[in-house]
Order: sequence, then structure tokens, then C-alpha cells
Amino acid sequence: MWHELTSDQQLLRDTTARFLADRVPLDRQRKNKDSATGFEPDYWTSGAELGWIMPLVSEENGGLSVSGRGIVDLSLIAYEFGRHSAPGPLADCNVVASALSDSGDEGHAAALEEIMTGSAIAACCLGAAPWQEPGESTISIARDGDDLVIQGSIKPVESAAQAGYFLVTGRSEGGVTQALVPASTAGITVKNLKAIDVSRKFGAVSFDNVRVPASVLVGQFGGAADAVAMQVRRAAVILSAESVGAMESAFAMTVDWAFDRYTFGRALASYQALKHRFADLKSWLEASHAVCDSAADALADGLPRAAETVCAAKSYIGEQGVELAQDCVQIHGGIGVTYEHDLHFFLRRVTLNRLLYGTPGDHRRWLAQMQIEKELAA
Amino acid sequence: MSTEIEPVEEFRLRAREWIKSNLGPTQPFDRTQHCKDDEEELVAVARDRALQRKIFDGGFAGICMPKEYGGLGLTPEHNRAFNEELAGHEYPSRFAVPTFNPCASTILEFCTAEQKAAHLRAILKGEEVWVQLLSEPGGGSDVAGITTSAVRDGDHWVLNGSKVWTSRAWWADWGLILARTNWDVPKHAGMTVFLVPLRAPGVEIQRIIRLNGESEACQEFFTDVRIPDSDRVGEIDAGWTIGTRWMFHERMGHNSPYVTYPSGMTLSAAQEDSPVAIARKSGKIDDPAARELIGEHRELGIVTRALQGRIAEAATKANKDMSAVDRLFRGVASVRRSTIAFDLAGAGASVWDEEEEAATDAIGMNFLMRQISCIGGGTTEISRNVVAERILGMPREASGDKGVAFRDVPKGPSRSQG
Ligand SMILES: Cc1cc2nc3c(=O)[nH]c(=O)nc-3n(C[C@H](O)[C@H](O)[C@H](O)COP(=O)(O)OP(=O)(O)OC[C@H]3O[C@@H](n4cnc5c(N)ncnc54)[C@H](O)[C@@H]3O)c2cc1C
Repeated sequence: MWHELTSDQQLLRDTTARFLADRVPLDRQRKNKDSATGFEPDYWTSGAELGWIMPLVSEENGGLSVSGRGIVDLSLIAYEFGRHSAPGPLADCNVVASALSDSGDEGHAAALEEIMTGSAIAACCLGAAPWQEPGESTISIARDGDDLVIQGSIKPVESAAQAGYFLVTGRSEGGVTQALVPASTAGITVKNLKAIDVSRKFGAVSFDNVRVPASVLVGQFGGAADAVAMQVRRAAVILSAESVGAMESAFAMTVDWAFDRYTFGRALASYQALKHRFADLKSWLEASHAVCDSAADALADGLPRAAETVCAAKSYIGEQGVELAQDCVQIHGGIGVTYEHDLHFFLRRVTLNRLLYGTPGDHRRWLAQMQIEKELAA
Repeated sequence: MSTEIEPVEEFRLRAREWIKSNLGPTQPFDRTQHCKDDEEELVAVARDRALQRKIFDGGFAGICMPKEYGGLGLTPEHNRAFNEELAGHEYPSRFAVPTFNPCASTILEFCTAEQKAAHLRAILKGEEVWVQLLSEPGGGSDVAGITTSAVRDGDHWVLNGSKVWTSRAWWADWGLILARTNWDVPKHAGMTVFLVPLRAPGVEIQRIIRLNGESEACQEFFTDVRIPDSDRVGEIDAGWTIGTRWMFHERMGHNSPYVTYPSGMTLSAAQEDSPVAIARKSGKIDDPAARELIGEHRELGIVTRALQGRIAEAATKANKDMSAVDRLFRGVASVRRSTIAFDLAGAGASVWDEEEEAATDAIGMNFLMRQISCIGGGTTEISRNVVAERILGMPREASGDKGVAFRDVPKGPSRSQG
């Protein structure tokens, strides 16, 4: 990342990097693969103390962005998460915190406080995504007198089993609705899923006629579509920055390997066939950095191009991040597909991030929709 | 007048006003630089010269060029602001590349004050269009392997040989040429750069017909062309020092601070129609697979632009060779984009009846021509070598010409001396 960083931003990034190297080194993650939670509770609260979940929350709500451009600060944290393949629901917790802060609703202040301090984990149940047709929604939220009734299911949901709160997004008559429900609410079931990540855990969440008071609403009933689109954009930037960090680690590791590994009396780095592959990987990596920074900038400054740039970042990095990591595996040869080697952590990271908050296909269709609307308007 | 530099935002507002009241909308040939026939091309050329003159008279030409040569002496940020304001407007596209860059950039960096005075202002006034005379029939990638020779004769040089693939030489005015002046030293040590008028006696220019039917590329034959020593650039035999910078500028392409062109402009005939328009015509607009292709096309455009910005920033700070990353990415992304356009167009891009011709033949032809974005301006393979060797520090390829007098370097039939 090449943002002109302020000294506060550098401090935030470096402190996060040191903390992650100390708390979740890959060797420890490798050994703990069967842990149910993926990380210790105090890992998350200590991280929260470093300011991980504050950048998108307004100052009135106790938030803090060291640069005044929260999503840019957050992309620096996420980048370090990717470089260290660190566990923890960074995207979801920040998205939920930002949604509660934006809603300005006093009723959610206590939950927001818990999420920001890391004492509660929040997870997103995105049952109606911006690129989906109404018929494709998997969660519905209906009104029944003074109550809301939530029905449906969603997977994968990160850290679902540890979550204290779910931000549920569902289809309602005439629009999209969001509600913040405690995970302990009657009618909610969480089923643990197996996942290709070592330390990130996922679940399937189902809502069986979950009846909740209307005070759980985040924003207006049926009027959350714009807020959801904004949340998805924030998550997309966070996940993209994370993937760029993971790509950087995988690439650096593979360049080192190319200089150290000899075949036929020559270093791998001396073969033109491989040099050209490395040049391609380098161009994908630089392009990923560039579009991710550009997306974070545009979102931070509320530029008109933000919507398109974020989609482009999420789809490009989603696709090319995985291709880069797989090529790194190929260039490693047999060692590249072993559990002992570190490379797979980064491969896993970019592979899951490709899926979360919209695949490249989803974001490309969303982009196409914007393009069609733009040309119709012209 | 104060010596303070005008703040970028003030400059931008002034540029916006001027552009709005002086420049019309973008013309189709601004984007494709591809005209129906020579007659139309010459009209476009005249329009470009007049337009450049208008910009000069309006006080906006050569934003980053020094004031003493007719420019404004401002910063790359000023140029970027102007380019952003220029979006959607007509502009002198035939001056952008290679006249402003790499030719004017190289002249500015290496020419004497007299040479600069003679040419830079003329370029900014729209009076001189320049071409770069690097590639030869014997090879373009190995630029330092050129065999066009210049031999000293009193206060002149006598030029013999041939250059090729020179875009628009048939109507352009001047060329920057790299020629061999010493055959008895290793190849990099025996070249010199000259300024050569394309209408000089002994210069014969032939057109080359490309597979899509257009013929803007030319081959030049030089027979005993006499160049005064005052048109030599830099020291004798020191041409490679200039050549490496010249090619650095070339890799910057339209990103160079010396180039004026509307931001966001995609410079390929393949984008004549937007992918949305293409998919509408072919009836695929509601097909989800087509939607993904449209999105991917847009995505690559956005990523290409973001990368250009990042590299332009890097080039002023860190590793100059980073421009090779940009060149590589642009080439590959553009190839993918023309394939997408071709796929969206369906069968109509390959076979058509007369009524359909205007609508779709360009897409098919552009697809056939799509590799030019990976060949022109130095191939993507050469960029890959630069990235691997100069950015990642990987070992250089073995070569057959190190430490050998150029005369004795193995050459293919087209470069062997007669
Ligand atoms: C649209 C267009 C406009 C152009 N305009 C100009 C112009 O204005 N002025 C000008 O001087 N030239 C111009 N060119 C020429 C262009 O610069 C050359 O075509 C290009 O540099 C390649 O040279 P070549 O065609 O001789 O191919 P060669 O150098 O013969 O290369 C043939 C193939 O071998 C590959 N190759 C060569 N060496 C290596 C290596 N060391 N490692 C790996 N692969 C290698 C190349 O990438 C290429 O694929 C233009 C070309 C095009 C297509």
C-alpha cells in the first residue's frame, strides 16, 4: 500500500503488524487448527484496544479514525491481517459497528460499545445482497403488529458460533430491512461449518420464525438498500486489502524461493519461463494494490466513482489473488502443497475472500448494471 | 508578475473555463486515430495542427515544458488537472504519442539549447509532428542491434539504412533516429542519435498495409541522406545513454507529464462501441454471462487506470523501471478487453452483410489486430524481462553480443551487412 501515510497511520499499521506477529504466528495457527474458535477471546479484545473496530464509527459514538478517513485506516489494518493471515472477523465487526453508528439509533448504543471494545463479536447475515434479484433473497423480514418476524437462513457467516449479535439483512415488502438481533434470541440456530481456512471459523445461521420487537430495526423498515450497499462496499474494501496483504506475502515468499532453489545447476530465478511468470505476478500484485487503494480513497472521500471502483477492486482481486497464490504454489513445486509450508495460509485467505461479500461474477454483474444505467441516463 | 506557481485548483478552474468555451466534443477519430482513407486522415491532421495551435495561443500548451521553449513550466499535477478537464473534449490526438512523448520529452532531456529552441516551440505551436525511428527490418526488440549507419563527412553525417513500423511517417515532419556510428566496439557503445527531417533528399517512405487494411505504418529508406552535425544529439557514440531514457519515456506512453490527452480516454478502436452497446446490438444484454463480461471489461478499465496512477507516482519517486509493469498490464488487459468485445458481438463480428458492416466489422478487425497492444511500443515479453531483471533483480538472459565488436555479433539474414 502506497498511501501517503500520516505518522499516526504508520503507527497504527506497525502496532498492528507487531501485535499479529506476536499473537498469531503461523506456527501457532498451524498447531491450533482444531480449536473451535480459531482465536482466544483476549486476542480480539486486545486487538480492539489497538483501534481495530473504531475507524468507521463516528466520534459522537466513541469511534476514532487516526486520519479522519476511516476506511483508509482500516485498509491498512486489513492489509496486515492479510500479510499475517490473521484470524478474526475484522470485516463483519467493522461493518456492523459502522451500520449502528450510521443509523444514529440510541437504542443500539450499548451493543455498539460492546462491539467496539471487542467484548462482543458481531456477524453479518446478508440475506439480501445488492446484486441479487428479490427472488434470490434467503432471509425475509416481515412486520407483524409491533413485532418483526425473521425467517430464512444464510451461510457462510464468519465467527457465527462466537457472535453475540447478528446484523440481519432480509427482504421485506417493498424493500430491504436490517435488524440487529442478539444471537441468543429464540428461534436462531447456528450450525458450525467446516471451512478451507485454518483459523477463521464459519457457521450457517437459520431464523425460524424469529419474533423480535421493532426496536431491533437498524434504519427504516424496507428502506435499508442504500445502507446495505454501503456496508458491502466497506466489507469489499476490507477484504480486498486483506487479500492484497496475503498476495504480497505469497509473492515475496516465492521470489525468495526462486533465488534459493536450484535445478540443473541454475537458480529458478534464472529461467526466462519463470522470470516472465514472476513479471506477470508482479503486475497483478501492483494492479491489486492500485485498485484497492483507489477504492479505499474513493470511498473515504465519497467520490462518485466509489461504487464502481469498489466493485472493480473486489472482482479483480478476488480473481487474480487466487490465480497469483496458485501460481506461487506451482512455482514451489511439491513443497507448495504441504501443510508444513506457510504458503497455503495465504492461498486459503484469498480463496475465501474471493467468495465473501460477492464473488467476482456478482461484482461484475453489479458493475454491468451500473454501466447500463449510466448509458441509459446519458 | 510573481514567480509563485499557480495553485493547481486555480489552474484547473481557468482550464475548465477555457476548454468549455474553446473546444468541441471528442470526435470519433480522436479515439481511434483511424480514418476511412488518406484524404480524411489529412483533414484530421490539419485539424490536429490547428487545434494544437489554438491550445498554444490559449496559453495551455506544454504545461510541463519550460517557459523559455514556449511551455508553462508547471508541474505534472497541473497537467493531470488539465487532462481531467479535457475529458470528453476534442484534442490534438496525433500530437500525444509519439510527438509529445517520447520525442519532445527526449529532446528536452538531451538536446542543446539551440536545438530545443528550434523544435520545442514549433511542436507546441502545432507546426512539427515527430516520429521515432528505432525499429528496423532486422529487429525492434533488440534496439541496440540497429544497423542503419551514419558516417562522418566533414561537418555532416551520411545516413544509410532502413527503419520500419514508423506510425504516420508519411505525413509527419521530423524523426528522432538512432544510428550506428561505430562498428568496432560492442553494440551499446557505437550508436548516436540525430534529428532528421522526413522530407530530406534521400529519404523514401513506403506505406505498410496492415491486416485490417489500414496503412498508417511506414518503412523509411535512407540513401546517402546528409545530416548537419548540428542535428546530432549528445556525444558521438553515446546514443545508448539517450536511447535508454528515450525508451523509458516511451514506456510511460500517455502517462507522461508531457502528454495532453483527455483522462479516461481509451485509445483503441475496439472501444468505439461500449460493451453495453455491443451486447444490445447482438441481443445478449440480458444474458447473465454477457453481463459478467461487460463488468469484467469495465473492471479492467478501472484497474488499468488505477495502476497508471500508482506507477506515475512511483516513477517520480522510486524505481523508474516500474513503468514496465504498467506497459505489461496495459497490453494484457487491452488484449482481454478486445476479446470480450468480440465475444459480446457474436457472429456479427466475423461475418456480416453490407447493412451490418458499419456496426460490427471494426470489432472483428480489432480482434484480429488485438496483439498490437502487446507489440507496439516494445513488446510485453521485453517488459517482462525488464520487470524480472531490473525490478525483481533476477539474473539477466545470456546474450551473444557482450564484449564483442558489433561487426562480429551473430546476426540474422536481415541484419547482415551488405
Ligand atoms: C502499432 C505499432 C506501432 C509501432 N510504432 C513504431 C514506431 O513509431 N517507431 C518504431 O521504431 N517502431 C514502432 N513499432 C515497432 C515495435 O516497436 C516493434 O514491432 C517491437 O519493438 C518488436 O520488434 P519486432 O517487431 O522487430 O519483433 P522482434 O524483436 O523480432 O521480436 C519477435 C518476438 O520475439 C520476442 N522476443 C524478442 N526478444 C526477446 C527476448 N530477449 N526475450 C523474450 N522474447 C523476445 C518478442 O517479444 C516478439 O514476440 C510499432 C509496432 C506496432 C505494432
